[in-house]
Amino acid sequence: MRRAGAVALNTFREAVRDRVLYNLVFFALLMMLAAILVGGISIGIEDLVIKSLGLSAISVIGLLIAVFIGVGLVYKEMDKRTLYALLAKPVRRWEFLLGKFGGLVLTLAVNTMAMAAGLFAALLYVKHHLERTDAVLLIAIYFILLKLTLVVALALLFSCYSTPLLAILYTSALYIAGLFVEEMRTFHSTAANPLLEALLRGLSYLLPNFENFNVMAAAAHGREIPGALVLQNTVYAALYSVIVLLVAAAVFSRRNLK
Amino acid sequence: MSPANSKKWLLLVLLPLGFAGVWELQQRIDIQRRAFEQERDELVLRSGKLVRAMSLEYAPLMADIYWTRAVQYYGDKHARHDPNFELLWPLLDLTTTLDPNLLVAYRFGSTFLSEPSPRGAGHPELGIALLMRGMQANPDYWRFYEDLGFIYYFELKDYQKASAAFAEGSKHPDSQIWMKIMAAKIAAEGESLSTSVFLWNEVYQTTKDPQVKDNAMSHLHLLRVEQDCQQLDALADEFQKRTGRRPARVGELVQAKLLPRLPVDPMGFPYVFGPDGKAVLNIDSPLLEQQLLQQNSK
Amino acid sequence: MPGHAIEIENLTKDYPFGFLHLRKKRSLDGLTMQVESGEVFGFLGPNGAGKSTTIKLLVGLIFPEAGTARILGKPITDIAMHGDIGYLPEQPYFYDYLTAAEVLDYFARFHDLTAADRHERVARMLRKVGLETARKIQLRKYSKGMLQRVGLAQAILHDPKVVILDEPMSGLDPIGRREVRDIILELKREGRTVLFSTHILSDAEMLCDRVGVIVGGKLRGIGAPGEIVGMKAQGMEILFELRESGSSARAVLAKAIETGDRYRLQVSEQELYGVLEQLRAVGAKILSVAQIKASLEEYFMNLIEADRAQAAAVEVSGK
Repeated sequence: MRRAGAVALNTFREAVRDRVLYNLVFFALLMMLAAILVGGISIGIEDLVIKSLGLSAISVIGLLIAVFIGVGLVYKEMDKRTLYALLAKPVRRWEFLLGKFGGLVLTLAVNTMAMAAGLFAALLYVKHHLERTDAVLLIAIYFILLKLTLVVALALLFSCYSTPLLAILYTSALYIAGLFVEEMRTFHSTAANPLLEALLRGLSYLLPNFENFNVMAAAAHGREIPGALVLQNTVYAALYSVIVLLVAAAVFSRRNLK
Repeated sequence: MSPANSKKWLLLVLLPLGFAGVWELQQRIDIQRRAFEQERDELVLRSGKLVRAMSLEYAPLMADIYWTRAVQYYGDKHARHDPNFELLWPLLDLTTTLDPNLLVAYRFGSTFLSEPSPRGAGHPELGIALLMRGMQANPDYWRFYEDLGFIYYFELKDYQKASAAFAEGSKHPDSQIWMKIMAAKIAAEGESLSTSVFLWNEVYQTTKDPQVKDNAMSHLHLLRVEQDCQQLDALADEFQKRTGRRPARVGELVQAKLLPRLPVDPMGFPYVFGPDGKAVLNIDSPLLEQQLLQQNSK
Repeated sequence: MPGHAIEIENLTKDYPFGFLHLRKKRSLDGLTMQVESGEVFGFLGPNGAGKSTTIKLLVGLIFPEAGTARILGKPITDIAMHGDIGYLPEQPYFYDYLTAAEVLDYFARFHDLTAADRHERVARMLRKVGLETARKIQLRKYSKGMLQRVGLAQAILHDPKVVILDEPMSGLDPIGRREVRDIILELKREGRTVLFSTHILSDAEMLCDRVGVIVGGKLRGIGAPGEIVGMKAQGMEILFELRESGSSARAVLAKAIETGDRYRLQVSEQELYGVLEQLRAVGAKILSVAQIKASLEEYFMNLIEADRAQAAAVEVSGK
């Protein structure tokens, strides 16, 4: 664990030095612009617009980082051979993977928290005060982070055995599929092939369901999110990530470095 | 067994276990989410223009996605007997703004926006508005006039406007001859059973949408029930003329040789006579519920 | 010193290639050898002979098709053993966003060291490889030679019992090579075992207790440098200056090659003293006398030629 921690901190340091956190500047500008303009165009729903826009931006920016850095996590180290000296140390390959995963999740957590602060600042600017219902935003942001964790795990898995370009393709394909599981399940109302229906239905329960984490609309309207859902989503993201990381570790443990 | 091998076996055991857990958890999350989403349906962006701007050159694709959502939204609500179709209009509005040439969306929308609850949203004015938009964007498509006449005829009972709509549509070179006949018939008689049957039958025969087809079939069933009951009442009158009393059971009509056998409704349940001596649906027939719902909404 | 530091048994490695990686090329073919505890062992061979493959197998970067190897008595699959080995990859490359001090500190974290011990070691290693002044510069600005030094520092940072260096001299200038040689000799003095690969004969000859020659994935010879065929001197070369060339000198100069104001003369070992006498007689100033050796490449080429001849002979006799 101590060794995985060292890898994680180094991965975080790499992200920082590679100026990944500069995206925050973009986010801050977006929030400022929205906060200033929103009063003029959307009377009555200023805070709604700020919330939806803020949450969407947090999600999109997080996804971009998770996918684009995630797919290079292992591949880059193999390609540049930075991994060689490391693996000759008393570190197991799964510890390395876990560290890489933890490092990017840490980066995303820091980044997301900074964006969350920005969102609340913009909200405060528009509304001049915060309400209790605004706390729902925190849950929505937490869900986004859970979603990003799962995306990182998937990207890491693909990073173990394919080039970044293909890994981006695989990861985004799974992500998009994971958004449409609901449609897969209700397919029966429009199609008649029972085999296809059963297949899609089974798949819809096994694919990573990213729609689980989407409570943006509820959060924007300040509706309560049940505590059970918070717990279930947490367990879901954790369990699914563990599965994916196990597969990644199995794939990577026997991989020959070129 | 080598350590590498035993790890492989462990993984083969752990993975199915893990996925079983995911499966189980997903069911719970679904239940949780359903309960929580029922409070209000979600549609963050309701401005078609904004969505169109955001979908760049992929507006038609987005339209297809919204169209799919609209169909599933209706299907899901309908299956759960949820009479609240609040989102049907915004979904169809978005769909047709994104792709104004998606003919099915207008036709589907005009039916289910106008039909009274629980079959539809009960907003014929929105149905008409949608059709007007459809006509503007697709002036060559005469069936919108049929749909317009339909709404005036069935939902608004405005037979003058219904007749006018059919007449207008019949001027279209592609339109079928019955449009002209309908225009005249409705202008002369207003609502009549035969007109209603004809119109629903036309929908039933021509639509490709399974939900629209189901809906038309259900209407046709009820219309047949109405026809059947009218006939049974007439036979009961005949029976009374002969025997001096109302028949208590439909079977008496058969015994009196007024009927060759016991008449059944479209679902196969025999008709009965109600306490007032009028023919009604069997209490066991699933059509009874639909009939009651329709009567309540009128 | 008793015991083997490294024991390699029948180690075999194939590399897949071609469409869908369906075809395989054997890059190491049943290698069996030992490295004694406390010796400096040179792994010699042309590029692509299987040196790097062997080293990568030893440190667990790749996995063998067949065979086993033990380091310090423990199988190479045992990660705990990695605490006692140091490894310098070929043309090492490290996180270029880190400074030399940071990268060493990072690697040090994988060994059980206290924070104070870690800092002390990192500072000592930077001094040892001569990177003290460049310690705060990001590695992206380092030259190849400087990276090699960082690589060496991380390999020996934790006082490993066995040090495995893949081409430690490549990419270095003469001063750098000298420094690496000094470090290897120091490691030997400290009683550590060193295995390094090279394709430069003089490096091996200067440092190694024993060398192993590997060509085409097979071990072709192992022993003290002098024992290996082809490493024996093939003659001597004399370098001298001659101001006035009288007629008496003509006989000697006939065989010499003139370069600038100097002459080079190649003679056999037996002739050496006679020729030196003659040169003194004509008043030449002797600058150096050196052994002439076949280059390693020539030696390798001879081995490969011999292989071909043998293969041809087998074919003929088979008919």
